[in-house]
Amino acid sequence: MKIKTLFSFLIRKIIRMLSLLAVLCLLCFWLMSQSPIDPVRAYVGADMMLVGPEQRAQIVEYWGLDKSPVEQGIHWASALLNGDLGTSLIFRRPVGEVIKERFLASLALMGLAWVFSGVFGFLMGIIAAMKQGSWVDRLIKWFCFILASTPTFWLGLLMLIIFSVWLGWFPIGLGVPAGMLVSDVTLGDRIYHLILPALTLSIIGVANVALHTRQKLLDVLNSDYVLFARAQGEEGRVLFWRHGLRNVALPAITLQFASFGELFGGSVLAEQVFSYPGLGQAIVQAGLRGDLPLLLGIAIFSALFVFTGNLIADLIYQVVDPRIREGAAI
Amino acid sequence: MNEMVLSMRRNLGQTRLNRRQHTIIASTLAAAFLLAVIIAGFLLGNDRINTHLEARYMAPSLQYIFGTDWLGRDMFTRTIKGLTLSIGVGVTAASLSALIALVLGLLAATMGRVVDTAITWMVDLCLGMPHLVVIILIAFALGGGMKGVIVGVALTHWPSLTRVIRAEVLQLRAAEFVQVSRRLGRSRYWVATRHILPHVMPQLFVGLILLFPHAILHEAAVTFLGFGLSPHQPAIGIILSESMRHLSTGMWWLAFFPGLLLLVIVRAFDILGDNLRMLIDPHSAHE
Repeated sequence: MKIKTLFSFLIRKIIRMLSLLAVLCLLCFWLMSQSPIDPVRAYVGADMMLVGPEQRAQIVEYWGLDKSPVEQGIHWASALLNGDLGTSLIFRRPVGEVIKERFLASLALMGLAWVFSGVFGFLMGIIAAMKQGSWVDRLIKWFCFILASTPTFWLGLLMLIIFSVWLGWFPIGLGVPAGMLVSDVTLGDRIYHLILPALTLSIIGVANVALHTRQKLLDVLNSDYVLFARAQGEEGRVLFWRHGLRNVALPAITLQFASFGELFGGSVLAEQVFSYPGLGQAIVQAGLRGDLPLLLGIAIFSALFVFTGNLIADLIYQVVDPRIREGAAI
Repeated sequence: MNEMVLSMRRNLGQTRLNRRQHTIIASTLAAAFLLAVIIAGFLLGNDRINTHLEARYMAPSLQYIFGTDWLGRDMFTRTIKGLTLSIGVGVTAASLSALIALVLGLLAATMGRVVDTAITWMVDLCLGMPHLVVIILIAFALGGGMKGVIVGVALTHWPSLTRVIRAEVLQLRAAEFVQVSRRLGRSRYWVATRHILPHVMPQLFVGLILLFPHAILHEAAVTFLGFGLSPHQPAIGIILSESMRHLSTGMWWLAFFPGLLLLVIVRAFDILGDNLRMLIDPHSAHE
């Protein structure tokens, strides 16, 4: 019975997700077809002067640019269903390949930031709530409010100024050392170049979890069962372990999963500041240089990424939370 | 239990006035600061942001409190002017977004289940992609510039406020005075404009102000990435992205002060919105 409900829940979620994704794809394609950028010019790039009218017509025919937007759309959609996202104009490689390679780099960055901001934010929220009203609580709250107003890219610039320019600990930008073959790059190099952007994203991400966890824990501490526990003489750490942790851990974890969108947005900015060769930097390049297939591909991929996060958040609530689980069985 | 309630009462009795005073003072200060920046943005002449080659690369001093850049332009004047522009763009976009939220929230709450489902679906659609990516796509499709940013920000920031307004209207519709008014034969339009709209206005107003900080941050971010305002407009995002090219030469002030002031502006809008909400809706004052 329980597994059946869970299964139907999952199916419903996935159908909804697919329908939303399909509409998002169509909307993105429509948006791109409105773009004033001439695709031929974007394809040819700086050699535009060398291309005569006949050659231009050939290019137009080769890419199917003379067909109507609807025909182009159908062609693109059918290719998409076959897993073919087209060819990136700036990288001259299949979009799928570029996304895969770039996403691995971004995944390292976002994953690190996700874990660190989650753990530290959670701890800060707990400390603030357990010491409500004290100077520690005020300091943490103040810090989080300031962080919530901080532009991600400015924090990145500060990191560069402090750690790269003044202290000289890190190079300015580039995911791998300049002038080195990709095959020569060691894991150490990659980690070395990952630290600053990951640190920036972690710091920015802390605020949300911390404030949320603090609020949830305060709600728990003001509840009747905690009052009863206190009446029995429980306090401090014991009280938290018995009554607090399990109640605040779940909202914090789901919040982290539901914030994939902000994480992705933050990584776009951090990658741009630190010239980190990830997905975010690729979408900025694609947009600035008119690489439609890559732009579309990454946009759809980012939607998929956010949907996955939301789906996991929903699932955790459904599967892990004993209250909801038992509610479904009744 | 009894003692706790008593001590709570005592605290409330002592601090009620103070908390309200605190709220009013904080929102007044925030509003005054924002006004000062905007007025300064309009009053400051162009003289100090013209090229002064004899005063290039000057570190912050009493004469140039934010320093000067590689063309000898006064960074303080540039920052204030850039922020005024960014506030203008952000406020315009947030207002459009609030208008969308008002219309959709009202429709969702009053037009029946089909419309409600459709609007919930639109909210999900809007939340299904990173906002920054959507703004980049929209700005790209509209060929960049101010129009692209405004449309992009306006089309991404409405969902949260839509939910607030929808919930508020649903609550109002169930209220007795609205039911009575309907039974007395007032038309739907009359009820909507005389009963519902006035009650929604405070929430809408506060929601609008709380949209400003996000809108301004997103505007700055998109412009920083190069999809927003053109380099000829001295927006705060342009100033910061230009400063990146001069980081390695040690000119930290080019990036530090403009970003710091942007942070303060965003925080001031946040403080203003939060405190106004506490004044309008006392429930939210309890943290």
